[in-house]
Order: sequence, then C-alpha cells, then structure tokens
Amino acid sequence: MATPADEMNRQDALEGVGCSRKRKEDPRFVQGKGNYVDDIKMSGMLFADMVRSPFAHARIKSINKEKALALPGVHAVLTADDLKPLNLHWMPTLAGDVQAVLADEKVHFQYQEVAVVIADDRYIAADAIDLVEVEYEPLPVLVDAHKAMDPDAPILREDLVGKMDGKHSKRVHNNHIFHWEAGDKDPTDRVFDEAEVTVEQQMYYHRVHPSPLETCGCVASFDKVNGHLTVYITSQAPHVVRTVVSLLSGIPESKIRIVSPDIGGGFGNKVGIYPGYVNAIVASIVLGRPVKWVEDRMEHLSTTAFARDYHMTGELAADKDGRIKALRVKVLADHGAFDACADPSKFPAGLFHICTGSYDVPVAHVQVDGVYTNKAPGGVAYRCSFRVTEAVYVIERTLDVLAQKLGIDKAEIRRRNFVKPEQFPYDTALGWQLDSGDYHTALDKVLKAVDYDGLRKEQAEKRAQGELMGIGLVTFTEIVGAGPSRTCDILGIGMFDSAEIRVHPTGSVMARMGTITQGQGHQTTYAQIIATELGIPSEQIQIEEGDTDTAPYGLGTYGSRSTPVGGAATAVAARKIRAKAQKIAAHLLEVSEDDLEWDVDRFKVKGVPGQEKTMKEVAWAAYNNVPEGMEPGLEAVDYYDPPNFTYPFGTYLCVVDIDKYTGQTHVRRFYALDDCGTRINPMIIDGQIHGGLNEGYAVAMGQELPYDEEGNALGNTFMDYFIPTFVETPKWETDYTVTPSPHHPLGAKGVAESPHVGSIPCFTAAVVDAFSHLGITHMDMPHNAYRVWKQIHQLGLDKRG
Amino acid sequence: MAKQHISFKLNGQQVDVLAEPRELLVHTIREQLGQTGTHIGCDTSHCGVCTVDLNGDSVKACTILAVQANGGDVLTVEGMADAAGLHVIQQAFIDEHGLQCGFCTPGMLIRAYRFLQENPDPTDDEIRAGMSGNLCRCTGYQNIIKAVKSAAQKLQQA
Repeated sequence: MATPADEMNRQDALEGVGCSRKRKEDPRFVQGKGNYVDDIKMSGMLFADMVRSPFAHARIKSINKEKALALPGVHAVLTADDLKPLNLHWMPTLAGDVQAVLADEKVHFQYQEVAVVIADDRYIAADAIDLVEVEYEPLPVLVDAHKAMDPDAPILREDLVGKMDGKHSKRVHNNHIFHWEAGDKDPTDRVFDEAEVTVEQQMYYHRVHPSPLETCGCVASFDKVNGHLTVYITSQAPHVVRTVVSLLSGIPESKIRIVSPDIGGGFGNKVGIYPGYVNAIVASIVLGRPVKWVEDRMEHLSTTAFARDYHMTGELAADKDGRIKALRVKVLADHGAFDACADPSKFPAGLFHICTGSYDVPVAHVQVDGVYTNKAPGGVAYRCSFRVTEAVYVIERTLDVLAQKLGIDKAEIRRRNFVKPEQFPYDTALGWQLDSGDYHTALDKVLKAVDYDGLRKEQAEKRAQGELMGIGLVTFTEIVGAGPSRTCDILGIGMFDSAEIRVHPTGSVMARMGTITQGQGHQTTYAQIIATELGIPSEQIQIEEGDTDTAPYGLGTYGSRSTPVGGAATAVAARKIRAKAQKIAAHLLEVSEDDLEWDVDRFKVKGVPGQEKTMKEVAWAAYNNVPEGMEPGLEAVDYYDPPNFTYPFGTYLCVVDIDKYTGQTHVRRFYALDDCGTRINPMIIDGQIHGGLNEGYAVAMGQELPYDEEGNALGNTFMDYFIPTFVETPKWETDYTVTPSPHHPLGAKGVAESPHVGSIPCFTAAVVDAFSHLGITHMDMPHNAYRVWKQIHQLGLDKRG
Repeated sequence: MAKQHISFKLNGQQVDVLAEPRELLVHTIREQLGQTGTHIGCDTSHCGVCTVDLNGDSVKACTILAVQANGGDVLTVEGMADAAGLHVIQQAFIDEHGLQCGFCTPGMLIRAYRFLQENPDPTDDEIRAGMSGNLCRCTGYQNIIKAVKSAAQKLQQA
C-alpha cells in the first residue's frame, strides 16, 4: 500500500502545479540560442527600410524615387500609389478604423510611413531612404486633445469626412472617434446632487510606450511557385495576424503560415498589426524574395503602439463617514491619428468600466470620448488588460482625494468601502461580476507587515521637522482573461483560447496552445498544469506555441489571458484525456470505471491494494489495447470560452522620501501583496511581479512621450525615454494571499499585469501623500525630480535657512 | 565603399571577414559570422543587449566599428559555456530566475562575466552600479542581482 511519503515523492517527481520549477526556456537563452525575428536569415533575403515623414501633418506634393532606385543594391521603392492597384495602401485596424499602410496623399503624424525601400542589405536600404525625395506642404497641426473637437480644429482624417456613423457611435466632429458610456447617468447624477460630500479630481494619464527591448519586425517570404506565404513576426497574436493577412491579401489562411518565434518582450506593444509588417509582406509578394523589416528604437518609440493618453475626471459622492454613494468618471481619450487600439471590439474604451475597483459602489456612470490628433496611432494595453491601468488609477486617486477631504486615514476609507467577502460574486454598478475576493485580509496583512501605524507616526515626526515623506496605499482589483465570447471578440472572432494535447505511446507529451509566450515561461508552466492533471512528469511534456501551421487557433497572449483562458483550456483538454485514460485503465484492470480512483499518477482500484495502472501504462495501452468500440490514441483538444473574467487583486504600499531641495524621490520601501488565486509556479510569479513593478515605477516616475506644438515627438530615444536601470530601481518585497477563482478549472487568475496596474497609482499616491498635509490632492505623472521640485518650489518648501 | 580585411578572435577561434569601414561590430558578429546571441536594442549605447567583451573590456557592439576589433579578442555569450557545461554565471541566472524573455540576457551575462573579474566580491549596490549599462524590461533586476551575487560566491569558492 502506498505510504504518504511515497505519494509525496511521486507528487514531487511530477513538478506540477505549485512547484517553483526551473524554466525550460532558460538553457537556450543563456547560451545565445534564442531564435528572435532578427536572428532569422533566409536565402536571398532582402531588407526593408522606411521613408518617414518629418512633419506631423502635411500634404504630400510629390515623391521622387529615381535617385534611390539608381543606387546599386536597391530593388524597389514602393509608395501608396504602388499599393493602390492592389488595394493595400490602407489596412483595417483591430479597433474598427483604417490606417494608411503608406501615407496616401497626406501624413497624419511625425515619422508616419511614406515609402518603403527594399535593398540587398540594411546599410544600402538606410542609404536609399535618404535619396527618396518627398515634397510636403505642411498643414496646421493638432496635438492638444482638448482642442480636437473645436469648431475651427484642423480636419485630420479627410478619408472620414461625411462618414459620421462611427464604428462604435455617431461621431459629432470629424476628429471625433467615438462616444461611449456605461452605468446609469440620471440616478448617478441624482446621488451627486444630494450627497453629503462630493469630490472631483482631474488627472492626466500621460502617453507612454511599452518599449520592450526587442523592437518590432518580421521576415516575410512569399513562394511564387506554390503561392504560400510565411511570415516570422514579433506578434503576441499570430493567429489573428494570419486572419488579417488573409483578409487583406486574399491568400487563403491555409496557405499562410505565421510564426511568432522567441519574442523579446511584448507588454502589449506587439498585439497590433503595423504598416511595416504589411509593407514587408507586399514587397515579398511583389519581388518573390524573403524581405526582412526590423525597426530601430526611434521608429519603435515614434510609430508602434503607445499606451494611455487619457484625460480623466474622477468624482465620488459619499457620506460624512466616507462611504461611497456614487462614482462618476469622464474621459477624453487621445488615440492619435488612427484608432489603432486593440480592445475587444464592443469596448472602445477597453474594460475601463472596472473603475469601481474593489469597492461597493451603489451607482456609477462613466463616459469616454475618443479623438484623433496628429500623434502616433494606438492606445494599446501596456502590461494591463485593456485600459484597466487607467481605471485603477482614477478610482484609487479619487478615493484618496475623498479621504483627504474627510480627514479619514487612507487605509480606513478603503476598509469601509471594500466589497465584503460574503458579497461575492458581486455585481458592480458598471456591469461586471467580481467572481471572488478577500480584500480585508490582504489589506490587514500588508499594514501589519510594514507597521503602518509606525510609518504614519514617523511621517508625523518628519513633517514636524519640515521633511517630506509619503506613504502610498493602493487596494486594486483587476479584470483579466478576456474573455467570454458573448462580450469579447476581435474582428468578430470570440476571445476563447485553445490547447491540443497528445500523449505518445511511451507516455511523453506534446502540447500546443493558441497563446504565445514573450518571457512569461509558458513552456514551463503549461507543462506543470498537464503534469498535475495527467500524472506525467513535466520534464516529459513539450510545449509549443506561435506557429499557426501547428498550433490550434487562439487569440494570443496579452491582457493576462494566458493562464485564465489558455491555462484553462490546457486543464480541460488534459481532463478529457484523463477521462479517456480512466476508461482504458478500467478495461485493463477489468473493473468498472467507478471502481477506480485517481492517485497522483495512476488509477487504483478502490480498496484493492496493488491493483493499479499508471498513466504511463495506460498511454501504451491506448495504442494497442483499448476497450471495444473506443478509437485508439490519447489526445484531446479544448477551445475554452471562459464563463467570466478573473479578478486578481492586491494591496500595495510604497514609502518615499523626497529631497526638498532637488525634488529627488527615493522609494524607501515597496511592499506588494498579490492574490492571483491558485499559484502555478511561485518562482515565475515573483519574477513577473518584480518586472511589473519595475515597469510601473518607470511609468510613474519618468516615462513619457511628449510632443511639441508642431507635433514633433520628443521622447523617442533611450536618451529621452526613461527605462529604469539597476541603479534607480527600488528593492521589491512580495507577499500573497490565495483566493481561488471559483469558475477557473484550476482556480488561477493571472498575475503578470497586476504589479503594473497596481503600482502606478501607488507611486503617485506616495508622492502626493508627502504633500497632502499641505493641501495637495493630486500631482500628475511622471514624478521626475524636476516636476516634483516644481511642486516643492510652488509651496515654498525649498527656502534655505 | 571598399571593404577592409579584418581578422580577430571570436570565442577563441580566429575569424577573417571583409567589412565596409562603416560596418558595426554587432552586424559583423550577427550577420557575417552567424553568432546571433548578441542582440540589438537601441542603437544608442543605452540598453546593453549588444554587449560583448573586447580585449578584456565590456563594449557595446552596436557603437563600435568592426574595423576597431581588428587584431582583437572578442567573447560573446556563445563562448561562455565550455565542454564541461554552462559557465557558473549562466547557471546562476537559471537558478535565480534572472531572465524572462531572454533578449537582454546575453548582454547581461557577458557584462557580469567582466564585472565579476573587476569586482569578485561585490555588494548589492556595487552590482547595481557595475551592471547599470544593461537594461532589462522583464525582471525588475532583483533576480539578476541575486544571480550575479550567487555566481560571485561560487566563483570565489572555485
């Protein structure tokens, strides 16, 4: 009979769910054997480079390619006029708009693609783009979103003149993209009219860029003989890319192979489909040779998708005890020159209406207006689920303002307003159903761990001495794992995801998913899920993703959807296999299926010691000895359509000290408690949290993509765009609670984006808190030394002696 | 532009290439010599994913010309492991979860390789300063610091 120790050993040998298994990906990465897009070299490969506009808004008077074409080694120079006969000069965006593949008569933002040069190598291509002569007639530039819908605002999108039925709503101005609302307006307004206390806070969530260290690129190879197109691409959603390429080109999907090889970070930037990709594909079709296009950093920061750029007003109505009675939010959303967001198509502001947060808000109303400006197109989810970062920011900031107005401690006001554990599942005023949560426990654990009362005491002492110390506290709830296909689709395709698992005769496993890892470690963690479900050691389970020729269709990896959706598909597919295996085991043991029980890696006959079949034995039998009427083999596919989103949450606390003469901010402590439900690989979770916190630190403390009045991009190199180094980066402390998702097969919720979403308002809260005793309720990001110093100087705190 | 004959040692092997005077070392290594472990990230010397070791110094191969390596000794990530297996630093990065997407990793490893010769027993702050020319977007650095520290201890014991 199996002893508990034996059972534990067998369990450990699986390296399944809950194990901090070392990553399968690492041995090749540490030896320089990764295979990223720019590492791919094909016979006869040419290089593409882009001629880009120096103007933010201008009419193209003429393009002269002659000198470029005369340069030895140049094969082609393509402009919109060349793509027009193919109807490829414009392409659909994932948000229901269209975007110019190459500028068609007009440029709408600085660095927009005007022409593409194809040459023997990247040096010749770079020489040739300087030889393409473009004559521009500059037009009035619109960079201020608040002026976009002025009567005399310049008309940006001439292609949309007269088309006032937008994709998401009526448009009221030619620079208007959509108006969108959620919640109940009149009841909300009534509560505000009658409330004991109201607060209002305006805030600008600035434009930033995910900027992974690998820029975007592709290698397109069209085989003229058999009509097959292969594209290696930096994409977080290769199956969607295949569908879009098929729709654009008319090539059937069965003749298109899209491969996302190793990806050097994505963070939302690599969800969209960019003109560079389409140009490389078109060039390959035209020339019949493989064409590589890889952006440089300046092109990356200037043209591929930015994030945020939300002008928000948050309002809360409450009673005198700080209990929230209503929430009202208004947003002006700057999407740049083309609406190139990548949100589920029914939600032009993404999942922004999760902005009631962790709180019991009786009634709410939110409205968002999207506008065009002469800035780069986009509005992607930078390490977050579709505008959730903005949503968490507005509620957490506005709640702090309410606390300050009422003189209630910022922890206490949260405790008073939390959705209580017994209220789950909880229907929010804006239409979501929070599946689970235990916010009080998380908050209490953090306050105790950091000695919150002690910190407040220290702060009071520091304030008495004229020093600036701030404590930021955030208790966020995310919404991730898009999503149920009844509400979520992209281009009409439901946002399910998939897994296909095949158990070989000797018990090793090949599994493929519709998602694609970009550093999250899927090859490690998906194997852990299968190991636990099937009792086969992780080491014998091979995971593959990213090749549309072999992987099942899935919507990809972003919005923390891999574990909630792909991970669920993996578990369900594995359970289908185990169900079949149980039938085979019963047949082998000559008992009824119901007489068997599962024990780690084998089926046992209940009450009969020694009568058992391991999964390894069953796998062999699946190929030679199955019950009569059963088809041989041991494999399963699952397309998982989640019944709901998952709602990870956390409590973050940040302590900052600010130098009152320089404005320099020092993050003394950052404590992050996350609840992502069931924890598949704690080592990887911690790593994801460290990374998300660091990207949150970057956004809050320094990153920004500003434009001057003429629409010149000012933050588009690493000289200007802040990426924290080892030196600035604070030390991270992590902690957790576990509240499993009730509807996810494993109880897991997704984790990698929470630290980004949760930390950004926490940094702001800490900086603002350092000034809160002086009546300051909000300071806009980024909190770099100069901007913080300006606040200090305005308050006269930097006077010496 | 007339190509120049350049000869240098790459990971212990003598290599000979023809390159234009303007060709960057990183392109020579990646495209002519097929060693693609060394990456390109920013073109302005900020990110460090192109870091190689040249004559005992960490250099950013995207801002040095191939001709400047003529006669030199270049080590890239591909040259770190030997017949006995992974270098201690490579193993430490795996053990401490010091990498995620892997794009910055080759540059990090090559920088750590030189840094630990410059400072064999560093404090956390010294690691932060000594490695600050290499950016990472995924890890938040914390586990890289742990990996470098753990590698330092193992190298000291060896």
